[in-house]
Amino acid sequence: MDKRTTEKEAVAELESGMTIGIGGWGSRRKPMSVVREILRSDLRELTVVSYGGPDVGLLCATGRVKRLIYGFVSLDSIPLEPHFRKARQAGGFQASELDEGMLQWGLYAAAQRIPFLPTRAGLGSDVLKINPDLKLVKSPYEDGEELVAMPALELDAAFIHMSRADVRGNGQFLGPDPYFDDLYCMAAKRRFMSCEKIVDTADLSKSGSFHTLKIHRAMIDGVIEAPNGAHFTECPPDYDRDEAFQREYAATAKDPEAWEAFKARYLDLESEAAYQEAVRAR
Amino acid sequence: MSDFTRAEVCAVAVAEAFRGDGEMLASSFGTVPAIGARLAKLTFEPDLLMTDGIASAITNVPPVSGPNGEENIVESWLPFRTIFDLLWSGTRHVMMVASQIDRYANQNFACIGPHEKPKAQLLGMRGAPGNTISHRTSYWVPNHSSRVFVEKVDVVSGVGYDRAAELGERSSRFHCIHRVVSNLGVFDFETPDHRMRLRSLHPGVSLDEVVENTGFDLVIPDEVSESRAPSDEEVRIIREVLDPEGLAAREVS
Repeated sequence: MDKRTTEKEAVAELESGMTIGIGGWGSRRKPMSVVREILRSDLRELTVVSYGGPDVGLLCATGRVKRLIYGFVSLDSIPLEPHFRKARQAGGFQASELDEGMLQWGLYAAAQRIPFLPTRAGLGSDVLKINPDLKLVKSPYEDGEELVAMPALELDAAFIHMSRADVRGNGQFLGPDPYFDDLYCMAAKRRFMSCEKIVDTADLSKSGSFHTLKIHRAMIDGVIEAPNGAHFTECPPDYDRDEAFQREYAATAKDPEAWEAFKARYLDLESEAAYQEAVRAR
Repeated sequence: MSDFTRAEVCAVAVAEAFRGDGEMLASSFGTVPAIGARLAKLTFEPDLLMTDGIASAITNVPPVSGPNGEENIVESWLPFRTIFDLLWSGTRHVMMVASQIDRYANQNFACIGPHEKPKAQLLGMRGAPGNTISHRTSYWVPNHSSRVFVEKVDVVSGVGYDRAAELGERSSRFHCIHRVVSNLGVFDFETPDHRMRLRSLHPGVSLDEVVENTGFDLVIPDEVSESRAPSDEEVRIIREVLDPEGLAAREVS
């Protein structure tokens, strides 16, 4: 079985109005080559589920988001994502802000095909006010405790970025944290994994212990080879975050002219290859 | 008495907030909280668990400016998923920053203004709702003012005592807001109705200064104590080991 595909083909499966999940965390191991492909498409009105970083910032800045389901949006070394902030302060989309643990629970419930998972997180906070659809559930046991019933976050499509993968859809993270990427895949109808490098299945165990093989092929529909595809987020051990590029990106939130120039130089390009070329040419 | 700075007094107050925690994960956000938590581990709370800020618990105690060339000694793997498990199980004391906090410890760092269309989007809810309802929480305020210590927070990210009480005894049984450390003093909620109380004033700070810069009525004890002065050894550890670059002074002047 060969599941190799491209950013273009994967994004062509999406439709405006869909719910998509984006793996990684903050400005770490984000499937940015896929995000850039979405920016080249005419997709609109997306519901985006993310432990947000520049994926969210870029989608917000280009008006693709109808609703965002998130616990935070951060660039890590720049704690507040300026493009996301700007869009929020303009009231540009529905902000379904949750406790970050609730987000995991929503994905996990969808992965298990159950309607909700109970959690204490959210009780007493304004998470319940911001999200009036959230309901409480009472323990059916003697304790009778009330908990938040975090509903399943069912995704139309999920995108994750791994360090290594084979053509069949087995994926490996070589960095410090798997984040919640497996849950995004299990919560989604269509599952796409980009990776730094496609290798033979037999070689996966050479680059890391079997504990790093977090993604198995029954979770994945398409594999995209995307070297430097997480740029400018980090993807250790292959590369660190491109802090200079991230600063440049962040600074454009304050200056419409700089943003137009940034878009023209890096985003309004015909392909990911052209983006990588523009990055190399800096 | 030895010579010490306000930032060092704050770091010692943070360390004191972690006193008695034993074998818990001490999580801290901000420079002074990071120094204070590490100071506690190097002095009276050696069993505290601490992370490298990425995904490992480490036994060595690096300076807050980052690794000093010394390799970390990893004692366990703590990816975010394990941190969530750990916090829900209650084995953690977090010190978060408060952009706004009220008399019952309702805390906000999500946004300023209405949530639908905020004047200023800040961090978002992050883990504050789950943290505060699951385990011991303290707060750090580097700039004590009536814009931070407010009558009413714009958005409740961290749950305060009045809201916890409304949930009832069972749902709120793990809720505990332990201390608020600011650049002016230390505050707790050890009052009958859990209203914020002045626990101590930092050396050189007047009661009036705190009252003027607090947007609600604090509970003020009849005898106001002074925050503990750093010992010579604590000052040495802070300056030589934990913060040789003097980063704390950028947070608290």
